[in-house]
Amino acid sequence: MATAAVTTERKNYLNAEYGIRSWLLTTDHKRIALLYLLSITLFFFIGGFFALLIRLELLTPAGDLLTADMYNKAFTMHGQIMVFFFLIPSIPAVLGNFLIPMMIGAKDLAFPRINLLSWYIYVAAGVLYIYCLATGGVDTGWTFYTPYSSMFSNTHVVEAGLAIFIVGFSSILTGLNFVVTVHRMRAPGLTWSRLPLFVWSHYATSIIMLLGTPVIAITLVLVVLERTLNLGIFDPARGGDPVLFQHLFWFYSHPAVYIMILPSMAVMSEIIPCFSRKRVFGYTFVAMSSIAIAAIGFIVWAHHMFVAGISLYSALVFSCLSFLVAVPSAIKVFNWTATMYKGSVSFSTPMLYAMGFIGLFTIGGLTGLFLATLGVDVHVHDTYFVIAHFHYVMVGGAVMGYLGGMHFWWPKISGRMYPEGWGRLAAVVVFIGFNLTFFPQFIVGYLGMPRRYWQYPPEYQVYNVLSTAGASILAVGYLLPMVYLLWSLRYGKIAPDNPWQATGLEWRTASPPPTFNFDETPEVTWEAYEYDKMPLPEEVTLER
Amino acid sequence: MADHSEHVVRASLYWLVWAILIVATFLTAWVATVDLGAFNTVVALFIATCKASIVVLIFMGVKYTHEKMTRPILVGAVFWLLILLILSLADYSSRYAG
Amino acid sequence: MSDRAGIGETPLAVEHEERPELRHHFADVEQQRNAATLGMWWFLGTEIMFFGGMFCAYLVYRRWYFPEFAASSRSLDLIVGTLNTAVLICSSLTVAMSVRAAQLGRRTLQVKLLLATIFFGLVFLGVKAYEWNNKYKEHHIPTFSFSANDLIKENQKLFGLDQLQNDPAKLQERKAEIQRRSQIFFSLYFALTGMHAIHMVIGVGLFGVITWMAYKGRFTPEYHTPLEIAGLYWHFVDIVWIYLFPLLYLIDRRPGA
Repeated sequence: MATAAVTTERKNYLNAEYGIRSWLLTTDHKRIALLYLLSITLFFFIGGFFALLIRLELLTPAGDLLTADMYNKAFTMHGQIMVFFFLIPSIPAVLGNFLIPMMIGAKDLAFPRINLLSWYIYVAAGVLYIYCLATGGVDTGWTFYTPYSSMFSNTHVVEAGLAIFIVGFSSILTGLNFVVTVHRMRAPGLTWSRLPLFVWSHYATSIIMLLGTPVIAITLVLVVLERTLNLGIFDPARGGDPVLFQHLFWFYSHPAVYIMILPSMAVMSEIIPCFSRKRVFGYTFVAMSSIAIAAIGFIVWAHHMFVAGISLYSALVFSCLSFLVAVPSAIKVFNWTATMYKGSVSFSTPMLYAMGFIGLFTIGGLTGLFLATLGVDVHVHDTYFVIAHFHYVMVGGAVMGYLGGMHFWWPKISGRMYPEGWGRLAAVVVFIGFNLTFFPQFIVGYLGMPRRYWQYPPEYQVYNVLSTAGASILAVGYLLPMVYLLWSLRYGKIAPDNPWQATGLEWRTASPPPTFNFDETPEVTWEAYEYDKMPLPEEVTLER
Repeated sequence: MADHSEHVVRASLYWLVWAILIVATFLTAWVATVDLGAFNTVVALFIATCKASIVVLIFMGVKYTHEKMTRPILVGAVFWLLILLILSLADYSSRYAG
Repeated sequence: MSDRAGIGETPLAVEHEERPELRHHFADVEQQRNAATLGMWWFLGTEIMFFGGMFCAYLVYRRWYFPEFAASSRSLDLIVGTLNTAVLICSSLTVAMSVRAAQLGRRTLQVKLLLATIFFGLVFLGVKAYEWNNKYKEHHIPTFSFSANDLIKENQKLFGLDQLQNDPAKLQERKAEIQRRSQIFFSLYFALTGMHAIHMVIGVGLFGVITWMAYKGRFTPEYHTPLEIAGLYWHFVDIVWIYLFPLLYLIDRRPGA
């Protein structure tokens, strides 16, 4: 297999400089994206480890593997790590960081040093969280609900809260950088209506990061102050209101779901036209639906609180408002489907992930409507139905998008092709494993199994066994890309500049790109997604 | 070297703004001690908003800026704040206050 | 609202090679400056939401516990608070004037005005510390031997205590309630003014650096972006105080209420 072609490689961002300093002090957005890639992968595996513990514990009805306390910590840290340290930075900080400047024909993001700073902030928060984890962890549930978190929990709530407070700033700085970059750094001729939809979606995501994150930051500060200085703002025994905490928490944490899903939708809007060889259907609608999701996402938060004691009238209003989010989400799904219609669809790995995304996101989104319905939510609130719903959105949606995007842009990032056969296999394994894990949870949740318990009545066992079996398959599906992507770094075929014959500006430069992305600033005179004018990809890249 | 279109404001205007802000500060403190019923809060917030507006417009230069995004960002952020405040308070004002 | 001048129409394109402040990834200084100010404006949007969370908590409890909030608010020193607001307004003036001095290329004036800004900022923080110390002496710091006895004594009618004189059990209960609720006010008072003070400290530090840069002559009429965006930040912190002052000090100052 030692056929790694020795070529007279031109300078690119990977070989421009060597040594640890050139990575840790880099301001190149592409290198920072790779730093993020390494760090979020680490957290993905830590979070995955806790998922494994949860699924193993739930294999049998008795609480035999973990104690109740350990189980509480396991699901808490699974949630916090996956949400704050993996999903939220995943696509924006890795793919967004790598691609946005290239997609708009810029040399770098507007504030390269702030970009590096955001990674260091992420690392500082990560170290603090790992310290929290190593010294005993936290058991409040990822939501930090008061007064349990502020008064009663004997675990490391302060460290976890501060870690998430700090990681929020990394997210804010990334969002700030993206917004300013999109406004100020576009290449000549690249008008807003010519922007790739990837950029539009990330712009919407960044707005959520900028306007939502500070609210959770201050809320967690108040919880930390409450624990350390006994303030009592959220403590009902001292005249505080725990429901106020939930309002403030969900004001960010509901839109945070859109921080996870919008970038994934961004990836979809690139992959689907490319592998359908068609212009995206309804460009303006897809672009505007991103903005609409970001905006409407902020007025629906109390649907997490229907049984928390909010007023009935308020609950009714929030229930109705929640339905509104379905409109722009459906616009996207219908437009992607319409893009594939009568296109020449090829089932390459990224496209398999994209099609998986459409299916899973549709299920996740529609069950979201069940939960937004006041009467149904009272029945299934805090059951596995909710767990299944948000995993369909956050794993079935966000992670499928992340993996699809990683494959799609892997040739650009690494300069190597991944093995297509293995790629397709992994995509199918992920899809099967995912559904086997989470579909039974809809049923068992509907039957009444509550979330966050380490024991359950024996009649639920069959669903939990199915779920654990699915989780094992899913784990294999996630490990496979890890292995063959690393393998491809050395043994993969050298990637051409534009292996998929895609239209974006990022494909008009070398693979891997030079440090400043383009040899000369491109001038854009065309619209995005002119696939009708592109040749079909060469046979060599679609190795069958 | 007039290579950029930055507006240089007259110093006297800055002094005028300063004077207005100082007067408004003492005015708001004084008017709070006059019984206007429910309007005390309204007046206090009105004066505060006027003060904030002239700081934004003159001191922060929004009145003179050529940057097209400043105003939308400002209005957007305030609007977002109002979403948070109004929708949260809608809950509190439509339920029994413990 | 005219758009910024095109690159080709300005002498910038010719000139930018010689400008040390221009970072490699920008086409020209104008683009760099616009990016920096735009970034600061977005950041201020973020800051609005940061304080917004606390304002939300404030509004909820002010509605619930109005008598306690009014009484606690009255225990703050109105004269000191008003004068401190004026100090902060003076600092905003000196910031605006220093940006103007930079636009006109008057370095000495600029440094003097920046030093004045730092001075006013420190005065504000000093007065704030004095006020906090008073609150400490009055046992108004939450949980640190907090006591609302002085508030109870001065506001018998407001709290409806005069009607409870014949019912000692209810009276005790009401007093405990007042103790808890006024503690919520002071929790929010310290959270809000504390967070504002942290922003002031950051601002003073920032202006220390800016003053040094001004002293070294880094700012020219063409390039003074760091000063400009630091100024935006300072004015924003001022605006937060403009709202905090009436919301905390002036809840209900009507005589006899």
